Amino acid sequence: MKGLFIISALGILAMLAEIFKFKKLLYPIVLVGILAAYVTNFMEWGQNNMSITMFNNMIHFNDMSLAFSGVILITAFFWFILANDYFEQDHVTDHFALVLFALVGALMLTSFRNMTTLFLGIEILSIPMYVLAASRKRDLASNEAGFKYLIMGSFASGFLLFGIALIYGATGSFDLMTIRSFISHANGDLPSFFYAGVLMVLVAMLFKVSAAPFHFWAPDVYEGSPTVITALMSTIVKTAAFAAFMQLFIIIFGGVSQSWSMVLAVVIALSLVVSNITAVSQQSVKRMLAYSSISHAAFMLMAILANTRNFGSINAILYYSLAYSIGSIAAFTVLYNVSKAKNSSNFEAFNGLGKRHPFMAACMVIAMLSLAGIPITAGFFAKYFVFSVLIGTSFKWLIILAILTSAVGVYYYFKVIIAMYFKEEEIHEEVTMETSHVLLLVLTTLFTIALGIVPNYVIEIFS
Amino acid sequence: MLVGLLIIVPLIASLLVFFTKGNTSRTVALGLSVVEFMLSLVVLFQYKHNPASADLALNCPWVESLGIHFAVSIDALSMLMVLLTTFLVPLIILSSFNSSYEKPNSFYGLILLMQMALLGVFTANDGFLFYVFWELALIPIYFICLLWGGENRGRITFKFFVYTLFGSLFMLVGLIYLYNHTGFSTGIKSWAVTDLYQTGKSLNLHQQSFVFWSIFLAFGIKMPIFPLHTWQPDTYVNAPTQGTMLLSGIMLKMGTFGLIKWLMPVTPLALAEWGWLAIALSVFGIFYASCIAIVQKDYKRLIAYSSIAHVGLIAAGILSANQQGIQGAVMQMLAHGVNVVGLFLIADILMRHTGTREMEKLGGIRNMNGNFAVLFLIVMLGSVALPLTNGFVGEFLLINGVYQYGAWVAAFAALTVILGAVYMLRSYQAIMLGEKKDSAIAFGSLEGSDKWVLYIICAAIIAFGVYPKPLNDLAEEGTKAILTYINN
Repeated sequence: MKGLFIISALGILAMLAEIFKFKKLLYPIVLVGILAAYVTNFMEWGQNNMSITMFNNMIHFNDMSLAFSGVILITAFFWFILANDYFEQDHVTDHFALVLFALVGALMLTSFRNMTTLFLGIEILSIPMYVLAASRKRDLASNEAGFKYLIMGSFASGFLLFGIALIYGATGSFDLMTIRSFISHANGDLPSFFYAGVLMVLVAMLFKVSAAPFHFWAPDVYEGSPTVITALMSTIVKTAAFAAFMQLFIIIFGGVSQSWSMVLAVVIALSLVVSNITAVSQQSVKRMLAYSSISHAAFMLMAILANTRNFGSINAILYYSLAYSIGSIAAFTVLYNVSKAKNSSNFEAFNGLGKRHPFMAACMVIAMLSLAGIPITAGFFAKYFVFSVLIGTSFKWLIILAILTSAVGVYYYFKVIIAMYFKEEEIHEEVTMETSHVLLLVLTTLFTIALGIVPNYVIEIFS
Repeated sequence: MLVGLLIIVPLIASLLVFFTKGNTSRTVALGLSVVEFMLSLVVLFQYKHNPASADLALNCPWVESLGIHFAVSIDALSMLMVLLTTFLVPLIILSSFNSSYEKPNSFYGLILLMQMALLGVFTANDGFLFYVFWELALIPIYFICLLWGGENRGRITFKFFVYTLFGSLFMLVGLIYLYNHTGFSTGIKSWAVTDLYQTGKSLNLHQQSFVFWSIFLAFGIKMPIFPLHTWQPDTYVNAPTQGTMLLSGIMLKMGTFGLIKWLMPVTPLALAEWGWLAIALSVFGIFYASCIAIVQKDYKRLIAYSSIAHVGLIAAGILSANQQGIQGAVMQMLAHGVNVVGLFLIADILMRHTGTREMEKLGGIRNMNGNFAVLFLIVMLGSVALPLTNGFVGEFLLINGVYQYGAWVAAFAALTVILGAVYMLRSYQAIMLGEKKDSAIAFGSLEGSDKWVLYIICAAIIAFGVYPKPLNDLAEEGTKAILTYINN
């Protein structure tokens, strides 16, 4: 809870920095601030059965929201180390403020208790992201990315609002707990426009997590945005969107799952097939990672689809988003440094990296193995938890499909490895890396392996 | 504790080797792998004296809330597999002394890492741990093939990786399915192998069939069994010799071992229902691979196909689910491991000395190096299972076991012996006998390390052909233990 306040304060501080001229100090202040937010978050979490309700039931922090906030904050810390360059160009304070406010939105999405705070959280998260996507303002692709993101995002928000309105019409409340008890008391006797509302909220959320067939914006936006912003979108934004998704569909709409689970199953199947097949033919690693993020979204949706009440699904999503965020940050760090040196984010840019920069290549291998879900990395347990919650349901066919598409997925992850170790580089350009990035890679790689060897600490959170 | 040491030592060894440079890498790797072999002999000694000793089992919690334990132990079956692995790895390392590989520290480090994973697979007593080691064995061999393989290695090793990963994921699903059904009465879920056996038996035929085929797919791809074999010949031919040896000598046995320990006792109903199909595929694979082997021109490719034929017979023996069949399969796994390493080394020696493996271009090498001709002959005879060689015991028991399952199946399976003799003897004739071809002129005497590896392999072939009792006793014991699980 305090984390939310600290990050909001940091955002305001960032805007003041322009006026009071302490721009130079801002970067260390933000890093320390995020660490502080993480620590307070962690300390609150240590208290048993903690539960804080604020603003007339608008926001509610419990263990679950704190756990997701923790994932978001630790990823944000890593992300700020990755993005140090981004804060040395012009509009420094604006960039800081936008990212920090996006974080505020993300934290709200882990803790909303009301449909209005859900909407607020999504908008607070999205609007800075639209601007950040277009933040390389002289670059056509970046502008296009921002514009596409804005249009698609607004479209999704429209759906969300319409859905919320319909649900309000049926239940007479924005409050999630009231809606939930309304559903359980209604015993299936709900007006049909309530179900329409649920489906509209589902569609809006699917837009936000970029699941097929609502994914068309994602590859272009991911490719056009500055690399570090792409990293932000595919980690923090995704985690927050899933925290909200899960809260809505497992805890609130879990009682009417028969109305949405088949739709969700079809969406997952489509996402798995479309993303993996399309990723195979990509030339650009950045675009490949965009498609891979759609496939990972499908995996997390599988855990939501399983809809198990004994925290199995929540655990799986928490673990998955942590593993995926850490792995992605590592991959994006390498990609960022390579594409900076070679001026290209294509697979060819990675040629010969194994020889020139064995450390970077080794970290990339671990990241790719984790994203592909090979033991003993974090990604393996992530996939394992998803399989183990879904196998008890009637959607076993999705597991088979997920395996088939995972095998395809290995193809494009290993394309990077093959390029690094097997192909010779044509023109030699020295890839250099700052010490902070080396440190970041060490941290994320160790984290990835540690999570793969001792997953206890994360999965026992809710047991 | 001893068994924990058995797995830790190669891991430490591989880390040590990663930090060495140049030629010291291979010396250190060889030394440490010999230490590991000694250690496995100590384990054998301990097992012989006190099979129930606490030293031979290790069980500590890994992910407590999911019932995952780091549980490894030695029984008769795993003892044999451990001995095979620790015996072959030093030979494989020694056989590389005449080839120079770039970045030798990574090469030998990966081999030792692979050894660690293989030993883990053979000793694991926990379904989850078994799966982790199983996947872990794939990573080093992928890199060995990718970094030091021949032409086209990118595409071929990739095919290999995707094939095996695909199978493994299905196995994971099968195992998770079993795990989710454990603890039906107690409510406590467990990955322990005996719990999985019990759970498997409590499932109905439909459920067992699902588990059977999803796990069988992984093992069938690894061995490989027809029609899942298409990755194998290219991978064997393109991998560096040591990679091929690891793949065929030891890794292939992961599949057959898994079949015995992790599939047969779990799904007896499905086995009774579907066993005929699996056996039919295995036996057809024997015939199919043997026929293809006969027309091969490249000697290494010929051995690759002969390997499919051999493993087909082993699988058929295991699936026939009787004492002779499984015991024969275990014996044949050991014999095939040793022989195939010898054969691949011979293919490598031919390549290095004459620059070709094409049998048409080879000939008359016996006149140049009689010593080599004798060693080659012994390995070849072992591989066609002549009496008094190590291959004979296993093959005899196997055909006996398959005969008990069905006489016609046995008649078909016995083709492996006849066809095997055809392609093996013909290839020997083409390479060693006849007129001296141009390529043979340059064939000088063998290098020391090659000679030693072949000496040791030939000694093993003859020793365990003449006196197979110690191994056979262990195989019998292991088979009986498994059969009690299957039949209860």
